[in-house]
Amino acid sequence: MFFTTVILAIREIRRHLLRSFLTVLGIVIGVAAVVTMVTLGKGATAAVAEQISSLGANILQIRPGQGFGRGGGGQQAPDFDMADVEAIQEQVAGVRAVAPQAQASGLAVRNAANWQTQVNGTTSQFFTAQQWRLTDGRIWTDAEEQAGKAVCIIGSTVQQNLFRGEQAVGERFRIRDISCEVIGTLASRGQGGFQDQDDVVIMPIKAVQRRFSGNRDIRFIMVAVDDAFQTSSVQSSIESLLRERRHVGRSEQDNFNIFDTRQISETLQGTTRILTAVMGAVAAVSLIVGGIGIMNIMLVSVTERTREIGIRLAIGAVGREVLLQFLVEAVVLACLGGLIGLILAFVAVLVVAPLIQVPFLFDPQINLVAFSVSALIGVVFGYFPARRAAALNPIDALRHE
Amino acid sequence: MANEPIIQLKDVTKTYGSGVTAFQALKGVDLEVDEGDFVAVMGPSGSGKSTAMNILGCLDVPTTGTFRFKGVPVEALDRDQRALLRRRYLGFVFQGFNLLARTDALENVELPLLYRGEPKAQRRESAMAALDKVGLKDWWDHTPAELSGGQQQRVAIARAIVTNPDVLLADEPTGNLDSKTSLEIMDLLTGLNRDLGITVLMVTHEPDMAEYARTIVHFRDGLVETVEAHSRHPGGGRDLEPESHGPSHRDPGLRRGDG
Repeated sequence: MFFTTVILAIREIRRHLLRSFLTVLGIVIGVAAVVTMVTLGKGATAAVAEQISSLGANILQIRPGQGFGRGGGGQQAPDFDMADVEAIQEQVAGVRAVAPQAQASGLAVRNAANWQTQVNGTTSQFFTAQQWRLTDGRIWTDAEEQAGKAVCIIGSTVQQNLFRGEQAVGERFRIRDISCEVIGTLASRGQGGFQDQDDVVIMPIKAVQRRFSGNRDIRFIMVAVDDAFQTSSVQSSIESLLRERRHVGRSEQDNFNIFDTRQISETLQGTTRILTAVMGAVAAVSLIVGGIGIMNIMLVSVTERTREIGIRLAIGAVGREVLLQFLVEAVVLACLGGLIGLILAFVAVLVVAPLIQVPFLFDPQINLVAFSVSALIGVVFGYFPARRAAALNPIDALRHE
Repeated sequence: MANEPIIQLKDVTKTYGSGVTAFQALKGVDLEVDEGDFVAVMGPSGSGKSTAMNILGCLDVPTTGTFRFKGVPVEALDRDQRALLRRRYLGFVFQGFNLLARTDALENVELPLLYRGEPKAQRRESAMAALDKVGLKDWWDHTPAELSGGQQQRVAIARAIVTNPDVLLADEPTGNLDSKTSLEIMDLLTGLNRDLGITVLMVTHEPDMAEYARTIVHFRDGLVETVEAHSRHPGGGRDLEPESHGPSHRDPGLRRGDG
């Protein structure tokens, strides 16, 4: 009986192809929207997590001021100095490496080639903290670091643009009118943290301070936490140490901030997840609107087919069978709509994902959920018209014009 | 069994509405129809014949009185039970044909079998056989729009007889047809009555069509006015004894029904 009803429903849908298509258009769009949004959202979340984790695991970033910017409000918070770096290194347990950073930018020139890039002054611990390997050459010695010699280690992007595949180690180039010797080249890390990490020239911090910024300020300290220690406890030790060193009163807020990269990652992932949920919810509303569309057309269809219902009842259909017929018709329609929506979403994600540089993560769960919901919508919104059809009086229905 | 009337109406009334607006369409109808009979129901508009046909077709129930179909009191059945009774024992032919639009003749004829849950092959075979009986075997794949009025009515008759019903109810089956086609339809109905033994109840306005019947029942003002046995039945059927509508035959039927 049930199988027969499904066949009947499919026949009926085929008989009114255009009307059927228009009926389910709402569901098609709703399902496609939900699945596309959620799939892209998941991809974006994964991309963010990937980018953050490329910054290094268990890394704390310390900056003066509050928030991401420098000197969040009112008074400008002072920068750090080398003594702060040494204090963290010596007085906080669980610190694997501390790397201060002083940054500048400048035009690098070699022969006819030139390249605008980022200069990053730091200590040799930077390479330990970031776990960044060299492909060639060496890291500067302690003596070179102390002296602030103009030696540099270049990222692969800089190497490509200045040396074009030629041997770089041992060569010299000029940056902001300072001649500097290449002593090492870095392994490529690729796109990460929203910028090209390989587009960098790394020099001893003193060289950068002296030759570029002209002061001894440190704007940024990177701390690598030992795996055996809790990042949060190391973070609070550093916080109390820095409060003391920077003479922050009991009632005052920190005039610096410590970011846990994992925390940033979690925050960003949370944000993307919320965005995904919001977009998904908006799309879900369109799914419900689609359901109302089905109900509308099914109600019209019941009125239009009153006579047919009368015939069916007269020749011996039980009310239940008429109800089932209309219900199955609504559900089959909704399921077809859902299926078309899923295909549409698949194609949409396939096209859009590369455009917005998000990986295509096919999620069977959301597809299944969206399909089930569309079937459910068929049941819910099909029931009312179906019940109305089943309750018709055969005599009146037959007389209906 | 042969002596028991297949249809018994006893003091049946039907009232529509209630209070001041109440309208009594039937005012105490007594009627018996024997198995194998061909009955024409006549009467002016508003005489109650349509209401009576709705009750006989188990589409409606009497307000008071009893209607026994094959001994079963129909007024005691619920909506679904009456539907099952229609499915099993009754065939309907309507004035307006009432075929499903955009559906070919074969599918239309198959429809009642679908509700009986018969398998596809058997459904097809029975439907083709029914179409053959009405002479439309070669037209099975035509939709109503592609058929003439007479052909549509024949498809409707095929649909009505495909389940081998005991009773065929025809509500002005020739009302929408020209006289030549009407005669063809009447020949078909009398043939079915004669050859398959199907009891036929037919509402008609036209005395010419009523001539085909063996019994003519006249309705007037919600009552059966006369029951006229007819000898000029083209099928050459037996004449009915007037006593068969008398109360003496009804009582044993009732007892059997109760037992």
